[in-house]
Amino acid sequence: MIVYKHSVSLDANKCKGCTTCLRRCPTQAIRVRDGKACINPALCIDCGECIRKCPYQAKKASFDDLDSLDRSKYLIALPAPSLFGQFANLDDADYLLQGLLNFGFNEVFEVAKAAEIVTDYTRRYIRASEQNKRPFISNACPVVVRLISLRFPSLRSKLVPLTPPVEVAGRMAKERALKEHPELKEEDIKTVFISPCPAKVSWVKNTPAEKKCYIDYVVSMSDVYFRLLSKMKQDQVPEVESESGVVGISWASSGGEASALMNDHYLAADGIENIIRVLDEIETGHFPDLEFVELNACPGGCVGGVMAVENPYIARVRLQSIRRYMPVMMNYLPDDPDTPIPEVMLGTKPGEYSSAELLHADRAKSFRMMFEIERIAKMLPGMDCGSCGAPTCRAHAEDIVKGESTLDDCVIRMRELLQKQKEQDEEHV
Amino acid sequence: MEDVLHYHFDVDGDNFASAGEASVQVKRLFRQMGFPPDLIRRISIAMYEGEINMVIHAHGGDADVYVQPDLIRVVLKDSGPGIKDISLAMQEGYSTAPDNIRSLGFGAGMGLPNMKRYSDDMQIESTVGVGTTITMDFIPA
Repeated sequence: MIVYKHSVSLDANKCKGCTTCLRRCPTQAIRVRDGKACINPALCIDCGECIRKCPYQAKKASFDDLDSLDRSKYLIALPAPSLFGQFANLDDADYLLQGLLNFGFNEVFEVAKAAEIVTDYTRRYIRASEQNKRPFISNACPVVVRLISLRFPSLRSKLVPLTPPVEVAGRMAKERALKEHPELKEEDIKTVFISPCPAKVSWVKNTPAEKKCYIDYVVSMSDVYFRLLSKMKQDQVPEVESESGVVGISWASSGGEASALMNDHYLAADGIENIIRVLDEIETGHFPDLEFVELNACPGGCVGGVMAVENPYIARVRLQSIRRYMPVMMNYLPDDPDTPIPEVMLGTKPGEYSSAELLHADRAKSFRMMFEIERIAKMLPGMDCGSCGAPTCRAHAEDIVKGESTLDDCVIRMRELLQKQKEQDEEHV
Repeated sequence: MEDVLHYHFDVDGDNFASAGEASVQVKRLFRQMGFPPDLIRRISIAMYEGEINMVIHAHGGDADVYVQPDLIRVVLKDSGPGIKDISLAMQEGYSTAPDNIRSLGFGAGMGLPNMKRYSDDMQIESTVGVGTTITMDFIPA
């Protein structure tokens, strides 16, 4: 079995054992055990909801430290489109690109540029597909890909099989640098993705061994933000020019990727609970006419990432003002639209489906366990208070049957038993 | 008799948006018990179509799911108007859904045919003026 590497972890010193993350985790991957939250790696989808919701900042995302970048290498910054929405008074993307150079990067390659290429390939992919295979689901949000592979097995074949923009950007950036600087060796060039979310870190960490990964570092947008502010100067005429247009930068917020397909048969949803509902509905065949589905785990899309600094709705409006002076699209595919999609543009296929929720490998055994769960669930109060360490009474019943918890962990039930005992004792007196 | 797991759901006839809740809830149970993904998909589509039918035509009803390791039975029971001509109702594209329902994108006349297609066996019992009971069986491969 392949162990999935995560990027969300717990700072045990800060965790108070409260039940906030427990209830907010969309996959019920968290339990409080011995007063501390524990994340079940088999169920965690790296959505970052627990980081967002923890009142004690006890949940951490693991990013590369900006100071750990090897400055002796040729460093290429890969800014996510959402970075452009973080700054007040930024009406020209070039100032931000220049700021990254001032910061010390040797070169900048916009992920938005790669996004435009992915958009063009997605159009081709949908056009060449059979009607009954639709709708296709964007694979750009890694949380969505993991959610589908764990929980919506029948929708796995609907994921767009293209390489996501950040990986395309990494590859193109390295190829271009090698071409323009023949003195450099491949290992001298390092790409640094500036990310709004921890899920991209996991995505990079989990690149299959046989697949080459073109991202060397993933740094947090909030880390970069404060240090970049002082490097962005309005009075300096930028020496670099943005190479992407409205289409690319629009990937930053929900609906941007889908609307760029120039096709009205799409759905764009954001926020983890909304996307789970949409996936349930697609699985049930709710939307027969849809061709494309864009799902972003974060509210508002990538601008709502846990590591984004600005309010996502403010960021979205800022992106609109930057877009005003941009061309529609700057990166088109040169060749004939009917040529097959090249191998380098095809991403990793999701691995074999194995249900992380499965009670037992033997169906007859799982069935017996389910009987037990139903029996025990009826004995629990149904208050979903979380005191036992499980998010719901139902989850507690499941934990008991799996041998991870006991009936005595239910505080409410214990209190009732004590009360009854007390009443009985009083009668005897 | 072998033990049967039984789940009951009330399908609320007043709440169009809630139709399909039951089919979503049973999916998780089936995944936990290790039923194959394709079977789960078939059940959720067939059940959803059935729930929608009950909301459109019969002002809701009861959905009961009976689970055994080798058989899943879904029984949808309503006290609606009943089906006059079952063979006509089974024809693709035939629908008696009112216009306001059609304007919402439903009533394409594919409900019953899809339920039959996605289940391994389907029985309809219906009496005009009394109600309809549909029993669908699903057999895991």
